[in-house]
Amino acid sequence: MFGLGKKDFTLFLIVAVLALFAPFILNPFPTDSGLAQFNAGYPDLMQRFVIFGILAIGFNILFGLTGYLSFGHAAFLGVGSYAAVWMFKLLSMNVIPAILLSMIVAGLFAVVIGYVSLRRSGIYFSILTLAFAQMSYNLAYSVLTPITNGETGLQITLDDPRVLGVSATADGGIPVTNLFGMEMRSFETLVLGPWEFQFSVGYYLAAIIMLISFYVAIRIFRSPFGMMLRAIKSNQNRLYYTGLNARPYTLAAFVISGMYAGLAGGLLACMDPLAGAERMQWTASGEVVLMTILGGAGTLIGPVLGAGFIKYFENIFSKINDQVVHGWVSFLPDGLEDLVVALIHPFVGKGWHLTLGLLFMLIVIFLPGGLVEGGQRIARRLRRKPAKDDAKSASTTPAE
Amino acid sequence: MDAITLQILNGLDKGSAYALIALGLTLIFGTLGVVNFAHGALFMIGAFCAVTLNRLLTLSHQVVDETRTDFLGNPLKVDVPYMHDLFGEVTGAAIIDWSVPLAILFSIPVMIAVGVIMERGLIKHFYRRPHADQILVTFGLAIVLQEIIKQIFGANPIPTPAPDAFTGSFDFGVLLGFDPNAIIYPYWRLVYFAFAALIIGGVFAFLQFTTFGMVVRAGMADRETVGLLGINIDRRFTIMFGLAAAVAGLAGVMYAPINSPNYHMGMDFLVLSFVVVVVGGMGSLPGAVAAGFLLGILESFASMNEIKQILPGIDQIIIYLVAIIILLTRPRGLMGRKGVMED
Repeated sequence: MFGLGKKDFTLFLIVAVLALFAPFILNPFPTDSGLAQFNAGYPDLMQRFVIFGILAIGFNILFGLTGYLSFGHAAFLGVGSYAAVWMFKLLSMNVIPAILLSMIVAGLFAVVIGYVSLRRSGIYFSILTLAFAQMSYNLAYSVLTPITNGETGLQITLDDPRVLGVSATADGGIPVTNLFGMEMRSFETLVLGPWEFQFSVGYYLAAIIMLISFYVAIRIFRSPFGMMLRAIKSNQNRLYYTGLNARPYTLAAFVISGMYAGLAGGLLACMDPLAGAERMQWTASGEVVLMTILGGAGTLIGPVLGAGFIKYFENIFSKINDQVVHGWVSFLPDGLEDLVVALIHPFVGKGWHLTLGLLFMLIVIFLPGGLVEGGQRIARRLRRKPAKDDAKSASTTPAE
Repeated sequence: MDAITLQILNGLDKGSAYALIALGLTLIFGTLGVVNFAHGALFMIGAFCAVTLNRLLTLSHQVVDETRTDFLGNPLKVDVPYMHDLFGEVTGAAIIDWSVPLAILFSIPVMIAVGVIMERGLIKHFYRRPHADQILVTFGLAIVLQEIIKQIFGANPIPTPAPDAFTGSFDFGVLLGFDPNAIIYPYWRLVYFAFAALIIGGVFAFLQFTTFGMVVRAGMADRETVGLLGINIDRRFTIMFGLAAAVAGLAGVMYAPINSPNYHMGMDFLVLSFVVVVVGGMGSLPGAVAAGFLLGILESFASMNEIKQILPGIDQIIIYLVAIIILLTRPRGLMGRKGVMED
C-alpha cells in the first residue's frame, strides 16, 4: 500500500497511530494523581518529540544508511530556524512559506558543506563537519549579527514589514504563527473524568509533517538509491572498482539529511518564533547523534524512538529535584534516606547531562544497535526457549 | 615590525596549549589508533588538579587574634592555613603562592593514573570496534568527566593565580631592540611557552633516545611485527596513553593562571585541537606541534584590528578556514604519512 511493503506499511501504520493518538497515550495518569508529573502529553513536549524525531530520521539517512558520521548536523537545524524566522519577519506569519524556505536554505547550505566535506570519509569527515558547524556557530555570534542578531537571538518584532501579513494585530500585539488562520499555539482541551487531554494545532502540524518525512524515509530505505547508500556504507572501495562514482550519492544523502534538519529547525521556529546560535553548537550535534544511536542507527523506527526517549527523559529528569526524591524514598529510615537522596542527587535535576553521558556510554558499550537491537534480542530470547529442538536442524544448514 | 612580533608572541601561549593537546592526541592516535574525544577533558582535569592543590594548600582553621578587634570590639578571628602551622609563616605563604607550579608534581601521578585507568577500563575494549564507536564512547566519557567536575567545583570559572614572582608583565621589546613599551608581555605566558617547549622536547627525546621510545616507535610503524618479536607492545601502549594524558594534564595545570578553569574549557580546546591534528597530519608528531603553533599564531594575527577591519570576523573562523583549505589541497595534512588513517 502506498508503495510500501506489508511489513513497512504495518510499521508506518503503528507510527501514525502512535503519533495521532499521542495526546491520549502520553497522558496515562490522571491530572490530580502524584504520577501526573510523568505525563508527557502536553503540546510543548510532544512537539519536541516529533520535531527531533524528524531531525533524527534525517540524520539516520546519512549516518545509519550511508555510514558517514556527521558531527555538525545542528548547523542545519540552526540555519533552518533562522530562515523560518526571517520569513515570519518579511513575508507573513503563515508557516508554509517559512517551512519551505527553511528546507531550501538548509539544502543549499548542505550542498556547499557536503561538496567540501565529502571529499574525505571516516574521521576526517566527522572533523570537517564539526569544523564547519563550529565556524557557522562562531559566525552567527560575530560577523553575521545583522542576520542572526547575535547573542540575543533572532526574534519577530512589531516593526517587521511582513508584506503579505500584518505588522501588528488589531490590538497592537505581535501576530502569532499560524496555518491559514489556525494559530500554532491554540489547543482544544478534552476533559474525561480526572483526565485532561490537550490537542494542539502545532503538534498535529508537526506530527503530520513527521509522518510524511517518515514515509519518505521508508521509501528512500527501500529504493535502489537506498541500496546504493548501503553499498557505500559496507564497502566504498569496491564500489569504485566496479566503476561507480559514489560521490553524487553521498552528496545526495547529505543534502537530503540536511534538508530534514532544516525542516526540523523551521518547525521549531514555527512553534516558537525565535532562533538562537546555541542551536548550532556542537553539543546539539552530539545530541542528534545520541538520539540516533540510542534508538538504533540504520533502522527505520530507531531514530524516532531515540528522539522521543531522550526528550522525554530530559524533561522528566530535569523536573525531579531533591524534594521529589525524598518523597519517593520516605519509607526508608532517616539516615539511609539522606544517603539515597545524596546518591541520586547528581543524576537528576541539573545533573541530567551526567545521566545523558553515562547512558550514551552504556549504549555504545553494550548495545551498539540501540533500543531496536535490545528489543530484538529480548524477542529472540523469548522465541528461542519454546523452540529448542529447532536448534539442531538449524545448525546443519550450510553457511551461505 | 613590533606589531608583528607582538602577535607572534601572543600566539605562542595558545599555540603551546594547542600543540600540547594535539601532541597527546597524536600519541594516542598513532599508538593505539583510537580517536580520543575525551582528550580535552584530560586537559580540563589537569587544570582542576591545580585548583584542587590550591584548595588543599589553603585549607585553614580559625584562630582568635587578640591584638586586633573587629568593628564590634570583639577579638578578631583570622583564618590561618595549616601550611603556616606546618612550615612557619614565611615558607607556608611561599608554598601557597607557588601552588600552580607545585601542582605539576601533584598532577603527573594523577594524570597518569587517570590515563591508564581510562585505557585499561574502557578504551581497550574498543580497538576492534569501528572508529565511529570509538568517537562516540569517548565523546560520552568526555561529557561524563565534564559533568562530574561541574558537580564538584560548580559551573563558574575558578581563578587560580600564578606565583607573585610571575604575575606582572615586562617590556619584552627592549630586549629585541624595539622602543620601550612597544611589546609588553606577561611573564607567565613566557613561562608557559618555555614549559611547553620543554615538555615537547622531553617527549621527543623520550621517543627518540630511549629503548622504550624506540620500541614504541616501532610499534607505531608496525604493531604486529613488534608483537611477533616477543615484545609486549600492549603494555607499552598503555603507558603511552598514560603519558599522553599527563601531557594534556600538564598543559592544563599551567594554563590555569592564564584562563580561570571552568568545566567546559576542555571541550573548547578539544575541537580546535582536532583541527590542529588534522592540519598537522594524522599520526605525525612533528606535524601536530608545528600546526599547533602555526594555528595559534595565525589566530592571533587574525585578531589584529587592522586585519579585522578588512575581513570582519576572520579571527573567529581562521582556524577552521585554514583546516578546510589544507584538507582540500593536502588531504593528509602538512606532514601526514601515507597509509595512516586513509579511510
